[in-house]
Amino acid sequence: MSTPTLHEHHTVRPKTYLLILIMLLILTATTTGVAFLDLGVLNPVVALAIAVIKSVLVILFFMHLRYSSRLLKLTLGAGFFTFLVLITLTLSDYISRSWGLW
Amino acid sequence: MDSQAIASEPVGPHENQDAHDHPPYLVHHFATIGQQVETASFGMWVFLVTEIMFFGGMFMAYLLYRSWYYHAFVAGSNLLSIQMGTIMTATLIVSSFTVAMGVYCAETRNRKGLIVSLIITLVLGLSFLGIKADEWHGAYVEHHIPGANFSIEDFVHPTDARDIPMAPDEALHTQIFFFLYFSLTGVHALHMIIGCCVLSVLLFQIWGGAYMDGHTSMIQNFGLYWHFVDIVWIFLFPLLYLISRHPLK
Repeated sequence: MSTPTLHEHHTVRPKTYLLILIMLLILTATTTGVAFLDLGVLNPVVALAIAVIKSVLVILFFMHLRYSSRLLKLTLGAGFFTFLVLITLTLSDYISRSWGLW
Repeated sequence: MDSQAIASEPVGPHENQDAHDHPPYLVHHFATIGQQVETASFGMWVFLVTEIMFFGGMFMAYLLYRSWYYHAFVAGSNLLSIQMGTIMTATLIVSSFTVAMGVYCAETRNRKGLIVSLIITLVLGLSFLGIKADEWHGAYVEHHIPGANFSIEDFVHPTDARDIPMAPDEALHTQIFFFLYFSLTGVHALHMIIGCCVLSVLLFQIWGGAYMDGHTSMIQNFGLYWHFVDIVWIFLFPLLYLISRHPLK
């Protein structure tokens, strides 16, 4: 019996993986290099922005989310959104606890 | 057919009428292979979201304490080696690539490629843990593990002339940095150890001929787990190693 595949499954090609790997390694070298420059308040901003770009590349291509169903995209989106809500609420609590004292 | 349809594909009325017209790995409570694969992925993604929350608590603590004890966190962070951090990051990124290649090989039923990809992944994962262990050992030797043997000597009397000596009470706060450093990297390393164990089991099964029938959900879900652990490190690397090199005055 041949094995029928009833679902449409997108197989990512190795060439794509290799391209993403090279981009990730270049971004790693970039973020390390930028750490030695004095950008003032922008140092953490740039480092975290590069980290976000790297993780988006991993999620979309290595984890196939770009080719996945809306259900999976929504699941991860809801997860990150809830995480940001929790961070924001916690920080707004701490920042307003001793309001005016600092 | 009263299946709990959560797959995005609509289930056709004539599909699957012949009970034998499907691969043997389609279990009876799913209507189609697509639905079964989708359900397995969905479960894994939900698990990964709980993992975001799990690590998220520690990221939150790091964010808050770094803003409270900024100078202590800068002093602690600057004792970590950027070179080691970069090598560990590169190691994990390449291991993510080899896992992705492993998933590709499983999908194309390339047994040899799958075995080679996963062995390289295992070697890279263990290398990461080795470098990490060396770094932890360094912190142990320098008395940077929080607790009774913690020493503030390196912060009150810094050996590097460019570092500003800290007051003893302020220097004690570096313990919080190291506590969070060991918590975050420790829990991350625990995930790596679990990943390496699962990887070993998978390799053993593949050696015996498993996962060559086109049913690759297990390999794909393992890949998702490994990539997630990689992403956690992608954020730990800048937070612990990079962002404190040029502190604000």
